[in-house]
Amino acid sequence: MSGLIGLLLVAVGGAGGGLLRYLLSVAVDQRTAGVSPWGTLLVNVSGAFLLGFLMGWMGFPVLTPTDSHVWLLLVVGVLGSYTTVSSFSLQTLVLLEEGHVGRAGWNVLLSFGLCLLAAAVGLASGVGLGPGPAA
Amino acid sequence: MSRAREGRGGGQARQGPGTSPTDRCHDTVRSREGHGAILVAVAVGSAVGAVLRYGIGVGAIHLATGGFPWGTLVANVAGSFVIGAAATLTLPDGRMPARPAVRHFVMVGVCGGLTTFSIFSVETLALLQAGLGRVAGANLLASLLLWVPAAWVGSRMGRSLRPSADG
Repeated sequence: MSGLIGLLLVAVGGAGGGLLRYLLSVAVDQRTAGVSPWGTLLVNVSGAFLLGFLMGWMGFPVLTPTDSHVWLLLVVGVLGSYTTVSSFSLQTLVLLEEGHVGRAGWNVLLSFGLCLLAAAVGLASGVGLGPGPAA
Repeated sequence: MSRAREGRGGGQARQGPGTSPTDRCHDTVRSREGHGAILVAVAVGSAVGAVLRYGIGVGAIHLATGGFPWGTLVANVAGSFVIGAAATLTLPDGRMPARPAVRHFVMVGVCGGLTTFSIFSVETLALLQAGLGRVAGANLLASLLLWVPAAWVGSRMGRSLRPSADG
């Protein structure tokens, strides 16, 4: 049953992406040891770049879910799970609650700005380096 | 009270004003609970979260109107709400005090796997490239306006369910 295999690929990819996210963000947070959640930012920006790159490299088949196994494993699973909105939201909320309004604002601005930028840069490089007919 | 704000009351949790907000999620790396149990909790939780997100995405195809990425928005708002609720509900003095591995399973695992900043970014970009600037703008605005408030609502609800109001 291909539907079951698809679910399995999403689960396995999701587990791997989640572990990577956890290990990397903990490592970054331990090194920066400050108030701002740099670990989550790094994970999200790098994940946006990688997903953009993959999209470009694969010929940018827009984001319509497909049954492609590579897609389910790498996009829905690994890279989808590698980045996180929930930690971003909670960390921004905690910054606000602790009175770090400026830091919270920067966290929102940097997260959205850098993720969108990273996705665009990744997409452009992926298109350039991809196997398909380069634009 | 500051004790209630701590991600974890037990032994080696860091205390005081220097406590990083990220400790709410990664608060117990150096706790007594084995690192292995935490890693398993994060991995299994992330798998569950990713499968849920996939299910929501597949379900949202039928709701698709004008290319708006409903699936990702719903997953991100829901995950933000749940992490906020779990953060306060599972505190030592919360309604459902939970071990570090359980907190990691729900907050870092399920919520982390369910939500995704990367797919949000690429979907927004794809809408822009398709000339659907207004839809892209709506997606960006909805995310800005809903993610953090969803965590706030969850956190308030979790806190209000605290059994004893000894605040």
